[in-house]
Amino acid sequence: MKPLNFLLVGVGGQGILTASDILAELGLRAGYDVKKSEVHGMSQRGGAVSSHVRFGPRVYSPLIAQGAVDYLLSFELLEAARWATFMHPEGTVLVSTQRLPPIAVTSGGAHYPEPEEVRQELAGRVRQVFLVDAPQAAQGLGNPRVANTVLLGALSALLPFPLTQWEETVRERVPARFVELNLQALRAGQELVGTR
Amino acid sequence: MKRLLSGNEAIARGAFEAGVRVGTAYPGTPSTEILENLAHYPGVRTLWATNEKVAMETGLGSAYAGARTIVAMKHVGLNVAADPFFYGAYTGIEAGMVIVSADDPGMHSSQNEQDNRRYAKFARVPFLEPSDSAEARDFTRLGFEISEAFDTPVIVRTTTRISHSHSPVEVDPDWQPADTELPPYPRNPRKYVMIPAYARPRHVVVEERLERLAVYADETPLNRIEWGDRRLGIVSSGVSYNYAREAFPDASFLKLGMPYPLPPRKVREFAAGVERLIVVEELDPFLEEELRLLGVAVSGGKDAFPVLGEFDPDVVRGGGRKLGLLPEEGRRPAPVALELAPRPPVLCPGCPHRSVYHVLKRLKLVVNSDIGCYTLAVLPPLAATDTMGCMGGSISMAYGMELAGRAERGVATIGDSTFFHSGIPALLNIAYNGGRTIVIVLDNRTTAMTGQQGHPGTGMGVCGEGLHQVAIEDVGRAFGLQRVFVVDAYDTREMRRVLQESLEATEPTLVVARRACALLPVAREGRGLPYWVDLERCNGCGLCFDIGCPAIMRTAEGQAEIDPTLCVACDLCAQVCARRAIQRGEERRTS
Repeated sequence: MKPLNFLLVGVGGQGILTASDILAELGLRAGYDVKKSEVHGMSQRGGAVSSHVRFGPRVYSPLIAQGAVDYLLSFELLEAARWATFMHPEGTVLVSTQRLPPIAVTSGGAHYPEPEEVRQELAGRVRQVFLVDAPQAAQGLGNPRVANTVLLGALSALLPFPLTQWEETVRERVPARFVELNLQALRAGQELVGTR
Repeated sequence: MKRLLSGNEAIARGAFEAGVRVGTAYPGTPSTEILENLAHYPGVRTLWATNEKVAMETGLGSAYAGARTIVAMKHVGLNVAADPFFYGAYTGIEAGMVIVSADDPGMHSSQNEQDNRRYAKFARVPFLEPSDSAEARDFTRLGFEISEAFDTPVIVRTTTRISHSHSPVEVDPDWQPADTELPPYPRNPRKYVMIPAYARPRHVVVEERLERLAVYADETPLNRIEWGDRRLGIVSSGVSYNYAREAFPDASFLKLGMPYPLPPRKVREFAAGVERLIVVEELDPFLEEELRLLGVAVSGGKDAFPVLGEFDPDVVRGGGRKLGLLPEEGRRPAPVALELAPRPPVLCPGCPHRSVYHVLKRLKLVVNSDIGCYTLAVLPPLAATDTMGCMGGSISMAYGMELAGRAERGVATIGDSTFFHSGIPALLNIAYNGGRTIVIVLDNRTTAMTGQQGHPGTGMGVCGEGLHQVAIEDVGRAFGLQRVFVVDAYDTREMRRVLQESLEATEPTLVVARRACALLPVAREGRGLPYWVDLERCNGCGLCFDIGCPAIMRTAEGQAEIDPTLCVACDLCAQVCARRAIQRGEERRTS
């Protein structure tokens, strides 16, 4: 079996590192070798952030090659397009409808894409694209910050790991007082993509 | 139990398991988390040093005194610490000493991508290079044993991609390091006082030690041959080994966990056992040169794998294609058609640096800057700085510009932690030699860039514990400076007034621009409501866009709009607005 390659992208402060921690831990619990890679420092000052997560019987490289991403989780609309060339033709994209226009857009006049433009950019390159209204689902749960877990929940609907395994991992990786909220977010995300 | 640890967490774990007693460092990406993690283990004294030289000397002192010690720094930190590092290589130690050098290929957060493997050879000390977190833990632990067996400091060299990648490590949660008593201090000035008469025989010891280390390099399983298809042999180490393993899954490998000194016997055995030998290594041709010195024919190295930048699977495959070892690429993914607005890192909303640079730009001053978040002020739209090179460099740079005698006036801007790191001797130099240089310390009450570590100005330790606090203005006054001002960094009018007055002065000026980093919890206290734009007054002149605040947006009509979820009510945009269109949140909306 080749490693499963997940790329989680978005903007600093969106909880991407927490989401990738949960995903990597899930792989470890499922008995795989796991590598997870991201860069701290400059990228956190409102810049673009990416985290590579790989599971498999043996994983060497901490980074995913171009054209080899099986699942792209984009926590922000524009960022999904930035990573389009990394997708495997059989891959799946889950993109949150969250819009966080960078300064080049807000005060510089650069273009910010509509959801349909992002879908079109990706659709021809992969097997399926899901636009996930994670911000609204998170808002519905009373905390916009759990949009990251909503997107993970959407991913969980597409992967062969039982929900209980996801839930155990969330319990382990999330501070106690936020566990219940994140479990709800997980289920909400799963429902957005359709339960198995 | 298996746990997912980052390379830095694993190094801290390895140090703990080795029974380390003292750990010290200055924060620097990608090394910072080593000390932060080590601080959570029992029985280890951890402290932020004021700079890497101080950390190295403190580490040597405790290792001389018989305590296992780890010091950690980013690659350029070893430049700062080079002086004690070199004499430490001569003296050796009483208890194990591991120096972590965390290099940053690709310059994710650095001013250069120097290859610190060269330091190991330069100082004649061994270095270990892990390829994942399990090795990072094991090699660190072993590093202390090698250090004691050969009486030498040992470098554990990582790169950003090892320090910040997570992979499984088998951890025994009940592990207790061996409880060792400090041995009596062996007074031994011939070994530890490096006057020339004592240093000359130590140099002999160093060269002999290197020969014994080369014998060890051949014996240790850290360096191993993995036989595969003998038509291709790859010599590699660190993260590069992982990329090469995936790009060339069938090849034979010489995997070097201890690349210096090279294991001569294993190298020759490997070279003789393969038809073609190539070297896959990030940055400099370090291994390639060492192999060539041993007379090994290298048929593929830096001619194919770049000297520049960070490797990734695509770079390594590209090198393989260049050497004719991999087939040409088939279908390449089409480039992205959609316009991709860039998203570089920016100063946060409410960052107290922004207002200071705004004033400096208005005054058209030449700005010599330093290392920290505020280096981002060089980017448009602020575009406010002129020079920046290394920690603490700004003050002397500004003084040098003054000495050159040009008419344009210049200033130095330096962060609070950076001032304590290496700005103090530079300020003293100006106080001593005389001059009229203006030094602005951007005192945001933390070491922000690396993730809010304490420093002497905050009086906070590694775990936030209270320590002695030193005020920057007191340092200036102690040097005899007459012109010392403390200004609220948000107050642009006062900052402008002080600077204009200082430009006329004939003696040096120290301005402490004080305001807590907007990300600190203390900055939230008493924070006002988000500001808003009175659209009847806003004429879209764009003055407020020029401060580069992420909370200010341009509407379709070209007017300004403030994102209330981002605005932290710092007031800067209201201060720059010529039409008083930007209103405090507390003001009732009239439009």
